[in-house]
Amino acid sequence: MTTTATDHPPAPPADGALHKAVLRRKRVPYWLLLPGVLWLLVFFAAPLVYQASTSVQTGSLEEGFKVTWHFATYWNALTEYYPQFLRSVAYSATATALCLLLGYPLAYLIAFRAGRWRHVLMVLVIAPFFTSFLIRTLAWKTILSDGGPVVRALDALHVLAVTDALGVTEGHRVLATPLAVVCGLTYNFLPFMILPLYTSLERIDSRLHEAAGDLYARPLTTFRKVTLPLSMPGVVAGTLLTFIPATGDYINAELLGSTDQKMIGNVIQSQFLRVLDYPTAAALSFLLMAVILAMVTVYIRKSGTEELV
Amino acid sequence: MTAFATTGSNGTDVRLTGISKAYGDVTAVHPLDLSVPAGSFFALLGASGCGKTTTLRMIAGLEEPTTGTVELGGRDVTALPPYKRPVNTVFQSYALFPHLDIYENVAFGLRRRGVKSVRKQVDEMLDLVQLGDYARRKPQQLSGGQQQRVAVARALINHPDVLLLDEPLGALDLKLRRQMQLELKRIQTEVGITFVHVTHDQEEAMTMADTVAVMNAGRVEQMGAPAELYETPRTTFVANFLGTSNLITADVVGTASDDVLLRVSDTKLTLPGTRCTADARVGGKLLVGIRPEKITLTHADDAGTIPDGRNRLTGRIAQSSFIGVSTQYLVDSPAAPGLSVYEQNIERDARLVPGADVVLHWNPDHGFGLDAAQSIDAGTDVVELGTDAREAGT
Amino acid sequence: MALLNRLARGLRRNLVVIAGLATLAFLMLPNVVVTVFSFNKPNGRFNYQWQHFSTDAWTHPCGVADLCGSLSLSLWIALWATVGATLLGTAIAFALARYRFRARSSAGTLVFLPMAMPEVVMAASLATLFLNMGVSFGFWTILIAHITFCLSFVVTAVKARVMSMDPRLEQAAQDLYATPWQTFRKVTLPIAAPGIVAGALLSFALSFDDFIITNFNAGSTVTFPMYVWGSAQRGTPVQINVIGTAMFAIAVLCVLVGQLVGRRPRRS
Repeated sequence: MTTTATDHPPAPPADGALHKAVLRRKRVPYWLLLPGVLWLLVFFAAPLVYQASTSVQTGSLEEGFKVTWHFATYWNALTEYYPQFLRSVAYSATATALCLLLGYPLAYLIAFRAGRWRHVLMVLVIAPFFTSFLIRTLAWKTILSDGGPVVRALDALHVLAVTDALGVTEGHRVLATPLAVVCGLTYNFLPFMILPLYTSLERIDSRLHEAAGDLYARPLTTFRKVTLPLSMPGVVAGTLLTFIPATGDYINAELLGSTDQKMIGNVIQSQFLRVLDYPTAAALSFLLMAVILAMVTVYIRKSGTEELV
Repeated sequence: MTAFATTGSNGTDVRLTGISKAYGDVTAVHPLDLSVPAGSFFALLGASGCGKTTTLRMIAGLEEPTTGTVELGGRDVTALPPYKRPVNTVFQSYALFPHLDIYENVAFGLRRRGVKSVRKQVDEMLDLVQLGDYARRKPQQLSGGQQQRVAVARALINHPDVLLLDEPLGALDLKLRRQMQLELKRIQTEVGITFVHVTHDQEEAMTMADTVAVMNAGRVEQMGAPAELYETPRTTFVANFLGTSNLITADVVGTASDDVLLRVSDTKLTLPGTRCTADARVGGKLLVGIRPEKITLTHADDAGTIPDGRNRLTGRIAQSSFIGVSTQYLVDSPAAPGLSVYEQNIERDARLVPGADVVLHWNPDHGFGLDAAQSIDAGTDVVELGTDAREAGT
Repeated sequence: MALLNRLARGLRRNLVVIAGLATLAFLMLPNVVVTVFSFNKPNGRFNYQWQHFSTDAWTHPCGVADLCGSLSLSLWIALWATVGATLLGTAIAFALARYRFRARSSAGTLVFLPMAMPEVVMAASLATLFLNMGVSFGFWTILIAHITFCLSFVVTAVKARVMSMDPRLEQAAQDLYATPWQTFRKVTLPIAAPGIVAGALLSFALSFDDFIITNFNAGSTVTFPMYVWGSAQRGTPVQINVIGTAMFAIAVLCVLVGQLVGRRPRRS
């Protein structure tokens, strides 16, 4: 092999071949990345840039939109739709907390107490995914239907009286109230909480539980001092995986709520697909991202995950 | 160290009565009685899967016995959960809490029992294990040997009646293991607590323990002081598992005063009756055991120089390997193939090379007799397995 | 009294089991309802109230206009989205897991971002691009959108698997005279295969079940989730429940068979 490459200083033949091979090897990751990254740049990054420019455009469908650096769209969107923003965060945070509360025992059960039933339980947790989530969400309409067994039972136990007083249900119904929407959100995102929780719990060496017991910790203390701190990465991951999509969700509010439970996702959807006010929809999208980013940053700071293992 | 001297605790005795453990159809530990004297260093020795760790865990309360009782200092603790038992465990691979620093790991037990000021005790304990400077490090920032010392400190700080050690040195390299063996022995002598130590390493058990119980397949094969086990094994398993033994099948041809007279391929051997644990009936068979280092090799040309009264076997050297402190020979004899002989390198006979005809001879008092009905190989192959399967636990 | 005490103690000890099983019931309840209501014969357009038992919907699963058409469209899109996302994603995963290079962390961030963003934002921005480009919405825009959001999940699944692989295996293969390509074919790829399969299955499920992104990028094309969404306004045919139940049964069956097949070699 001869060294004819013009961009390299002349080198002995053997070295030149080696040099080329090394160069070729260095290029491998870039060739592997190229198609996928190009795809993401064109269909993910570029749209975000477009979206950003759209958010500062003005105009109408008929005359077309022009970039006029009209930042007032953001202010208008915020002042007009802040109730939906607040509602989204409140519903989503409540649903996330409920997911943690409901999901932790199940993840713990699968990780430590299930024995040979572990696989069966895992399949059962994932199984609902196999039915379209829209169909399952519609099923909650049946479960929570007015005068149905669930609502009648809650009524008889005076639960609805309490929730009514708290303002999360209305009269003798659950459907078309905040409770129904939060219930739907909790249900839909529960597996996203359970899976990371399970992963981090399963990783805990069972001898650490034994060691804690051996060092005079009662079961509850063992949980508080050993299990819970060690499962924090799972708690944080599960919280993010639940909170972020739940905040932008509009399906549960649409199917299980009424106009009084509209979330910010509903507004973006209708602005984009029905009102065709693209600048407002774009501005709302970026505001939503900003809200989520702020909440997530505060949360990660507070939970202090960087100190964890 | 004074912290312990002043408590005046001399440990507590452990008594296991008819204790057994079965998992479904599999019996991990057959009903066994075991009594560990207060203040002793007791070792449970066996290959992986022999039930030694299960036995230890039943003492700790981490495993519920299928039958039998556990008594600590005369108190029945069988029904107590681990957090109510006055024992502490040094776990295999230590089980240090990864989210807590060294200080908090060591303080864990004290805090759980509501001790308010732990500072002085923890500092003292960390000094004892020479880790005072590492208090605020996380366990994963420490070396294996340091982690091991934290595990010991974390258990000892609670002044347990009994300290249980589950293969505590298994994860360390040979040199560090030797060093920690002496260290643990020193600590045990100083604090006077009863130590129950589980290991698959026969050398470790013999170096450290006052009493060793050799376990095999869920049963205690033999229990006693290390020297006693080594000199007078009662089963082929113990003979092979503890060091190396040459076992020769011989016919019992008679008795003379206290000696048993034996014959193996036209050669006569004698064995003191007191060193024979099996029933020696004339016409029956017996396994004669002799440790390799008790045999002397003499070149066949010098056979006349061997004193009378010694057992002799003829053979031919098949292999020799120079170890440094000794030379190990493999000798094929008509009586038995592949006999091991260790000769100290004091005056080396240059004629002792593979192919040379030799006479093996030993003092009859150094032999031991075993029941010939047992497998002659029991315990020979498990030593390697024990080392490999360390992680698998028992 | 003793019995009551024992009961109380048993309850306390198994509290976590009881709570966990209650959560599981909460998770399974809608599936039960979907199955039961697939045998309903509702009065009127909506299948929310139990009326009469009937197997009509099961005997005529395609008895409603457009339903089975939307189903097959969804299956096709899911299939192609899986192929596209798996090819692109696996290549990225190998690059990120196996090589050290300058753009590595920025590429990692680019891949991570789509997963850390609410779907509605991604959906709206992609639709904005298509609108500005004058692309007409339909099969291709849905497919592009699906590949885009499935890609990151494939990368995550494959990368985790490749990262956990012992690099000495590849060195051992090269030591035993395997060329880089042979090493990849005979060692790396077989070991990474479970990760790739997991990523592909995840893509398929995500694409098949996606609503939000499709909602923004479908135009007048109707996928199965879009059909269900529309039916929530127009009236829900029982056939939706039939398809939901059948999908659930088939998937669970596949998992069970997979478990049985996967277990057999280990036993012998």
